[in-house]
Amino acid sequence: MALLVGWIERQGALIIDGIAILGNFFIFLFAALFYIVVPPFKPRLAIRQIRIIGAESTFLILLIGTFTGMVLGLQGYNTLRRFESEGALGTVVALTLVRELGPVLTALMIAARAGSAMAAELGSMQATEQVDALTVMAINPVQYLVSPRVIAGLVSFPLLTAIFDVIGILGGYVIGVDLMGAPGSSYLNGIAQNVDAHDIATGIYKSLVFGLVVMWVCCYKGYHAERMATGVSRATTEAVVMSSVLVLVWDYFLTSILL
Amino acid sequence: MAIERNGGPNAIEVRELRRRFGAQEVLRGVDIDFPRGQITTIVGPSGCGKTVFLKHLNLLLRPDSGRIVTEGIEVTALGGRALDMVREKFGMLFQSGALFDSMPVFDNVAFPLVEKTHLGRAEIVARVHEMLAAVGLQGMENKYPSELSGGMQKRAALARALIHRPGILMLDEPTTGLDPTRIGAIHALVRSTQQHFALTAVLVSHDVPDVFEISDRIAFMHQGRMRLHGTVAEVTAAHDETFERFLAGKASGEEEIPAATG
Repeated sequence: MALLVGWIERQGALIIDGIAILGNFFIFLFAALFYIVVPPFKPRLAIRQIRIIGAESTFLILLIGTFTGMVLGLQGYNTLRRFESEGALGTVVALTLVRELGPVLTALMIAARAGSAMAAELGSMQATEQVDALTVMAINPVQYLVSPRVIAGLVSFPLLTAIFDVIGILGGYVIGVDLMGAPGSSYLNGIAQNVDAHDIATGIYKSLVFGLVVMWVCCYKGYHAERMATGVSRATTEAVVMSSVLVLVWDYFLTSILL
Repeated sequence: MAIERNGGPNAIEVRELRRRFGAQEVLRGVDIDFPRGQITTIVGPSGCGKTVFLKHLNLLLRPDSGRIVTEGIEVTALGGRALDMVREKFGMLFQSGALFDSMPVFDNVAFPLVEKTHLGRAEIVARVHEMLAAVGLQGMENKYPSELSGGMQKRAALARALIHRPGILMLDEPTTGLDPTRIGAIHALVRSTQQHFALTAVLVSHDVPDVFEISDRIAFMHQGRMRLHGTVAEVTAAHDETFERFLAGKASGEEEIPAATG
């Protein structure tokens, strides 16, 4: 009997701990969002983060976008040729990019590039008492460190996704039309006729949600890193893995809602 | 909300302060006063709760029970803007220095003024130069923390802790990790800045008995309480067995070095 009670108690403790962690996770998000709309406003901090997270990721996004478009052009052409519908290549490439691959791959690349750096930076600031130093100066560390990064994510993700989409469509054109010989006019006309505002809006909504999720998870993991070197490295790994998984999970649910 | 300065002799009064982490009770009813304009040094064995206690004074940590009265204001229950106003009375020098490593020395020291005041650029530049001169770091404005020695980082951190002209300075083991020849220099600097700015200072230190020379008062923390506290003369005259064992332990540790090399 005592054994059974002990077992039930342990399960209960696990559930309570889990709920507490989840609660902290959401409180952290609400605090970050709350301090965006509460003074003092520090636009230069957000602009600096937009530069680090957004502008400095542009080259990477151009590179990944080009190759993604190229491989879509190649695969799409070879598949469509079997059905003698090479004319639909532009539509296939553009819809795949705009609705799915643009937002998802952009989010994964920024999580890997900027999200990991952010978790490591916040983690080592925590370990070296720099976060406490902000608190004792009566500066709210969430408002100073996290809110600007969330703003930067919400601004940068949709813009980088748009860049990814455009460069990907061009990459698909170069391979599909110039190299493989699909008809160029139907590539472009297909896009103009079949990609509508709803498709583009779907991609933008997704990139906004992914921007929020990646910044939230990476900041949370860094901010709550254990105060030692191994704590920082674990936080960095968990930040990238968890934000990547959440991006893909959310992508499914958003697709099923927005389709 | 106006915070009045009370006229009593104590800058901070602590009563029955208790704090528990999980199963471990770290602070077990701390009672102590910090007289205005004096250096009070808290010593004690490692893990006795010195740093935890220090972090309660400016409410980086919150107590489970007990009272802290700072300049006549009961601060333990404060939040929001009132808490910010109390925190602005404190300057804190962290054990690691806690300089922002993304910024050069000038920006680090100017940071509290840039973020929390509406001072003009010229005024900020003048105050930062004055403060860097006071801690002996002229000409280091553009160096990053990683380019400074440990002692210089502590000096820069001290300048940052004092730039907003707080009334109370807290120092968490300011000489940890420093070369022994630098320890005396940091002690002298702490004493001279405390006198120059008429600060109430709370110092946590391992450097017994050297640190007694710059201290007005000593508090000996043991098992989560202030076992002894008073002026240096009072504490050393108390002949408390535990305190003397603590001092002897430290002293014999230092004496072993020449014996081992000889």
